[in-house]
Amino acid sequence: MTNLIVSPTALAFAVVLVLIALGINLHEKIGLEKDMVIGVVRAVVQLTVVGYVLTYIIKVDRLWLTGLMVAIILFNAALNANKRAAGIPHAFPISLLAIGTATILTLALLVGAGALRFTPSQIVPVSGMIASNSMVAIGLAYRSMNTQFRDQRQAVLERLALGADLKQASRAIVREAIRTGMAPTIDSAKTVGIVSLPGMMSGLIFAGVDPTKAIMYQIMVTFMLLAATSIGSVIACYLAYPRFYNADEQLR
Amino acid sequence: MTNVFELSRVSYAPGGQAILKGIDLTVPANALWTITGPSGSGKSTLLRLLATLLTPTSGTITYNGQPQAAIEKPAYRKEVSYCFQQPSLFGETVQDNLAFPFAIRNQPFDRDRALAALDSVALAPSQLDAKVTALSGGEKQRVALIRNLLFPPKVLLLDEVTTGLDADTKALVHRLILRQHDAGLTVLSVTHDETEIAAAGKLVTIRGGEVQHD
Repeated sequence: MTNLIVSPTALAFAVVLVLIALGINLHEKIGLEKDMVIGVVRAVVQLTVVGYVLTYIIKVDRLWLTGLMVAIILFNAALNANKRAAGIPHAFPISLLAIGTATILTLALLVGAGALRFTPSQIVPVSGMIASNSMVAIGLAYRSMNTQFRDQRQAVLERLALGADLKQASRAIVREAIRTGMAPTIDSAKTVGIVSLPGMMSGLIFAGVDPTKAIMYQIMVTFMLLAATSIGSVIACYLAYPRFYNADEQLR
Repeated sequence: MTNVFELSRVSYAPGGQAILKGIDLTVPANALWTITGPSGSGKSTLLRLLATLLTPTSGTITYNGQPQAAIEKPAYRKEVSYCFQQPSLFGETVQDNLAFPFAIRNQPFDRDRALAALDSVALAPSQLDAKVTALSGGEKQRVALIRNLLFPPKVLLLDEVTTGLDADTKALVHRLILRQHDAGLTVLSVTHDETEIAAAGKLVTIRGGEVQHD
């Protein structure tokens, strides 16, 4: 597995890549230097910590510890999705429930089908993949809902005035928000292999696995992400849309 | 016969800014009222309170003797139908709009009924498939009105719905509303239109958030 070693010296040289990005930023006055530096520092610190944590979790191989790690991933994903909710009340518990259900249901199916084994080295990374994709999907769906409820305020009012209940008044908006949330996953499912060679597959090929085997995993990942983002977006949108109304069934 | 609406000390003051101030008003069944007053006097707000699209900050409104707050909103709003000034049509076609009242009642779309409704406001059957973006302001207003009337409500609240219509279309809309009124509909119509004000059976003037008693 010598082909997998990235030495600290090699990594240090890779900092040149960051400097190139920073240089472009400064030269073009894009104003992202601060975010970029924060991003780089956070990536280094978070990944270093998680590297050691994962080594430990895989070594001790305890159910509760694996569970705790998954819980932390779900919590962080929900926290992040909540940030994109921009004022939707109770977005954090809604996101946690949506991402949690999407992740746990998808994991359970994969483990049940024998596609994954319940070991930390498989469960933790796959949970991360599912949770992060659900998080992005839900974040997009929230943003779409916020925009639509603002832009289509009059149409929603008219539906209410005609005697629609909240679900009927919001249906078109909810559908569009779910579509928006799922779009990146569907787009990447369409282009996988011809544009991107995604992380899971690339990682396996890096590690010396036969590409024909690696694609089997990638196909599984594609299916799993389609399921997870649809479950997550549907739950989040259906729990979130009533928050745009008050107790008298009026738009806030 | 019970009164349709009874308003007792109804105020609407969101964020402390009083739009309606202690309105007392009794609307009998089958009333045909015209409500007028300067812009910003609170006429539209009054209609929206009656439609439960807004809730009074104080005071009570009863509908057929029942407190408004105790009635389930979707059922109430199907009976007390509010028609917006400058309505927005939703979906893509006229049919999308006329199908909505059926959809929210879990009924299949009745094409013949929709065509008859179009005919009642002098819109051709071919307009059913017309794109809403292709309609003139007057056509939109008429589609919105029949959207409210496809399933006849008990009360119709009209918020300056004839603004911008030509004289013939106005007359057409008036006849349609009068026919419905003769069939038992209670109508409260907000207007600035001089001829409508002159023709009003009962005229209510709102000024500065209060009902003006002449």
